[in-house]
Amino acid sequence: MNHQENYRVRIFLARVVSYVFLAVLSILCLFFFYLLLVNSTRSNFEIQKGFSALPGQSFAANFKNVLANANIPVFSGIKNSLIVSGLTAALSVYFSVLTAYGIYAYDFKLKKIAYIFIMLIMMMPTQVSALGFLRLITDIHLKDSLVALYLPGIAAPVVFFFMKQYMEASLPMEIVEAARIDGSGEFQTFNHIVLPIMKPALAVQAIFTFVTAWNNYFLPALVIDSTKHKTLPILIAQLRSADFLKFDMGQVYMIIAIAIMPVIIVYLFLSKFIVRGVTLGSVKG
Amino acid sequence: MKNAKRFVSLALALVMGTSVLTAATGCQSGPENASAAPVSSKADSSSGTPAAAEGKVLNIWCWNDEFQSRFNSYYPEVKTVADDKSTTTLNDGTVVKWTINPNDNNNYQNKLDEALLKQNTTADDDKIDIFLIEADYATKYTDSDYTLDVKADLGLSDQDLAQQYQYTKDIVTVDGKLKATSWQATPGLFVYRRSIAKDVLGSDDPTTVQKCLSDWDKFNAIAQKANKKGYQMLSGFDDSYRTFSNNVSAPWVDGTTVKVDPNIMEWVDQTKEYTEKGYNNKSTLWSDTWAADQGPKGKVFGFFYSTWGINFTLLGNSLATPVAEGGKEEAGNGIYGDWAVCEGSQPYYWGGTWICGAAGTDNKALVKDVMVKLTCDANIMKSITSDTQDYTNNQKAMEEIAGSDYQSAFLGGQNHIKLFATAAKKIDMSNASPYDQGLNESMQKVFHDYFNGTVDLETAKTNFEKDIKEKYPDLTEVKWPE
Amino acid sequence: MSNKRPNRKKGSVSYAKWGYIFIAPFFAAFAIFQLIPLASTFFYSFFEFYRSGLKQIGPNFVGLQNYIQLFSADLPKYLGNTLLLWIVGFIPQIVISMILAALFTSLSLRLRVQGFFKTVIYMPNLIMASAFAMLFFALFSDSGPINSALVSLHITAEPIRFLANVWGTRSLVALMNFLMWFGNTTILLMAAIMGIDTGLYEAAEIDGCSSWQMFWKITLPLINPILVYVLITSMIGGLQMFDVPQILTNGQGSPNRTSTTIIMYLNNHLFSKNYGMAGAVSTVLFLLCAVLCLLVFKVLTQDESGQKKRKSHKAAKGAVK
Repeated sequence: MNHQENYRVRIFLARVVSYVFLAVLSILCLFFFYLLLVNSTRSNFEIQKGFSALPGQSFAANFKNVLANANIPVFSGIKNSLIVSGLTAALSVYFSVLTAYGIYAYDFKLKKIAYIFIMLIMMMPTQVSALGFLRLITDIHLKDSLVALYLPGIAAPVVFFFMKQYMEASLPMEIVEAARIDGSGEFQTFNHIVLPIMKPALAVQAIFTFVTAWNNYFLPALVIDSTKHKTLPILIAQLRSADFLKFDMGQVYMIIAIAIMPVIIVYLFLSKFIVRGVTLGSVKG
Repeated sequence: MKNAKRFVSLALALVMGTSVLTAATGCQSGPENASAAPVSSKADSSSGTPAAAEGKVLNIWCWNDEFQSRFNSYYPEVKTVADDKSTTTLNDGTVVKWTINPNDNNNYQNKLDEALLKQNTTADDDKIDIFLIEADYATKYTDSDYTLDVKADLGLSDQDLAQQYQYTKDIVTVDGKLKATSWQATPGLFVYRRSIAKDVLGSDDPTTVQKCLSDWDKFNAIAQKANKKGYQMLSGFDDSYRTFSNNVSAPWVDGTTVKVDPNIMEWVDQTKEYTEKGYNNKSTLWSDTWAADQGPKGKVFGFFYSTWGINFTLLGNSLATPVAEGGKEEAGNGIYGDWAVCEGSQPYYWGGTWICGAAGTDNKALVKDVMVKLTCDANIMKSITSDTQDYTNNQKAMEEIAGSDYQSAFLGGQNHIKLFATAAKKIDMSNASPYDQGLNESMQKVFHDYFNGTVDLETAKTNFEKDIKEKYPDLTEVKWPE
Repeated sequence: MSNKRPNRKKGSVSYAKWGYIFIAPFFAAFAIFQLIPLASTFFYSFFEFYRSGLKQIGPNFVGLQNYIQLFSADLPKYLGNTLLLWIVGFIPQIVISMILAALFTSLSLRLRVQGFFKTVIYMPNLIMASAFAMLFFALFSDSGPINSALVSLHITAEPIRFLANVWGTRSLVALMNFLMWFGNTTILLMAAIMGIDTGLYEAAEIDGCSSWQMFWKITLPLINPILVYVLITSMIGGLQMFDVPQILTNGQGSPNRTSTTIIMYLNNHLFSKNYGMAGAVSTVLFLLCAVLCLLVFKVLTQDESGQKKRKSHKAAKGAVK
């Protein structure tokens, strides 16, 4: 009796501690969103003079100013960012699983070399090659095009590595072999049996690559010239390098706040695959 | 555009009682008499070199829309502007294509460099015709074959350029060749708080204050006095840097040796002393402490600011209720009206944008005309100043405004344009060099550690040497003044 | 790495060509977009090759000159900074992520509104690093709210000038890295845990295992491959740490270069497009990365018990089936 009582108290305390811990972390995480929103309601000079926990009164003005600027086409920026991030995520994830599966499920001569090679690419710092990349896409006439931003996503070593590791943990070869016995073709097995098992992994990496592509400034800024192809981070940077007459941190925060909305929506949508506690064990069995 | 209303009201204040307003409106409808120029110059060039027909596309590269809005509003040949502003069509059918690449992460220069290096192999209509540069890195481009000689290649005459301030030409002159022109002049002044000056010096009159600050010894003495009354002379480390670095006795680099000028070390000593004795507030440029020091709660005696900074940054910072939230730009709102300007200890400039003609352009005549109209034409310069408060690069036009009975309410009724006009002529930038941007940046950033007390002077010097050798592999040695 | 499925070759059909087909797109895209720039990074590390203004100097072959210069410079210091910044940020990150993963999977706690917590912790990663840094500047400035709070609570008499002292700067870098990335790690671990068959936990519960035991005996071994992934990618990310310290210190690694990371040092060389030195830094960093990763990989994957657990996982699954 006493023992059970004790156990209940312990569980209760553990729960309280857990909730407090989670609440603190959550507040810390959401606090920065709150700050972003607050700053988007303040005017340039208020922001420059420092922090405020309370909203200002310039929300409407900032919003109107951002939308009125013909050089900063916000909606076309959102569209371009969605295209680039969406396709980067889709291509990276699909071709990485494909590659990972190719190395995980098949035996072939160059397998080990291919695997090590991809792992090595992953460790290479990429800053140095950026201008080489720019020269290359200029030569193959892909400069100032969105294609140059998402197509290289097909070769994403980090995503590949994750898929490979995830397969090690959760994809028993017996399933593949069973499918083969049932007469399923290799691509069919991959698309209809392997991919569903990999769903949580796909969702995780889709989120990561989407968010990274969404917030990427350096490469898109290097590749894109014309206003109609600019992605959101370029537009944000452009507002930040405005001349003194037009420099306005209120607008900068406003466009940052606008830019973060679509990615939150995409995240909330994709996170369902990870967050919802439904196990896919039954699919596997 | 957001500030449009404010600009208009400022512009009205600026031109009140002068005849400039008529010039401003007159300019917009004035292209008729000027429009003959490009056509005739085109005829000239085509008769001289028969093959050189003008291209139909003018490519302009810049990092923000400042020049674009000047061009669209003031270039007389402008016919229509596209809805998304990406192109501007001129009267003769030439299409101006704008390529705007933001500057963050050195992006603008990275892309510009790659494009210029490819200039020879690019199709004519894709070649860069005009690109813009900032003062800090101007010499990187003017000291190269990628910029045209404004006089010899493009044909601007000395007479065209006569009214431009000499320093704006010095910065972009390499081996006697003028390689760019600017519509702006950005002379700097020392802006001080009238109330603090009264408390410390017993007077807020600009002439009296200037007498007390006319050289650095006097300036430092006042700093001590201000400190005793509970004020700081300057806000932070970087405030006075430009006044020292603009008055060096020789260019930064001689051959492959960096020679640190004694005047730069003066800045180091002064700033260290100010920091240790509490004469400054340890802020850095553009930090929130720095901005707050310019506000109603600030205790700082004054700031070094050039043309653009006073009526926008400083004015905005000094209001208690910002304009965006219904505040008015008038005495009583924060410390509006509690400011005044004087020349300070040494003349200097801060900021500025130059127009370069790119080598290989197929629109030489048009490039020339743009330069003539937008950097040499006194009437256009005057309209730009009266519309936007941008101080323009034309002595005659500026002196006309300076000679008026114009008063700035923000500066307690002072005519600061007069002081600008005097200061601009004293600036001497003949010692500008291609290494200025990197070396000045390194100098300021590296010595912050020394001012903060985290490193001693020797370490700071070593760090500066490391820094610049990473930035400029061709520099081999650093010589410090005795 | 691929020595564990002895019974797989029993099929008489050769599937080898499918392996090549499946990996072909990856290698094609890599060859087109990345190979040449990447290869030239190695190549030019043996050359004097930079720009002075717009003039190109080189490429002149200089042998190992760049490497010699690199090691006679402060490279070890920057390496130390990088490792330090990574460890200070990474240890809390992995610990908190593991705790969260344990909390979220604990059957006995059965926490409510889990979905909310799980969703929120990743969200800081959605904010751009540069925007994040702007907020940090406002929060931690000399006259900012953190300092006002510290002073009014009498924790310090004078405002702490965070970015002017060594550990202030390092702590802010670590804090920002932690906030930006702990959700990321947690999500990875959660996704891995989702791959575990709940049947295993149910069976363990019937056998009277505590949730602590379940975590150590079931969860941890089964997510071992993902842990390997987290460690290795975090190590690579840590060694290549750049944006947070770069933005927070204005590219200066201040004070006194104590927060200069290797990639920030590399970036300094890119100011003059110095592909010689930048290539040498890249190569050194690459070798270091490769050695460290190999070490981690060997240690973690040769863990015998982990192997057995994985097999028992399959066995258990078979039993459930």
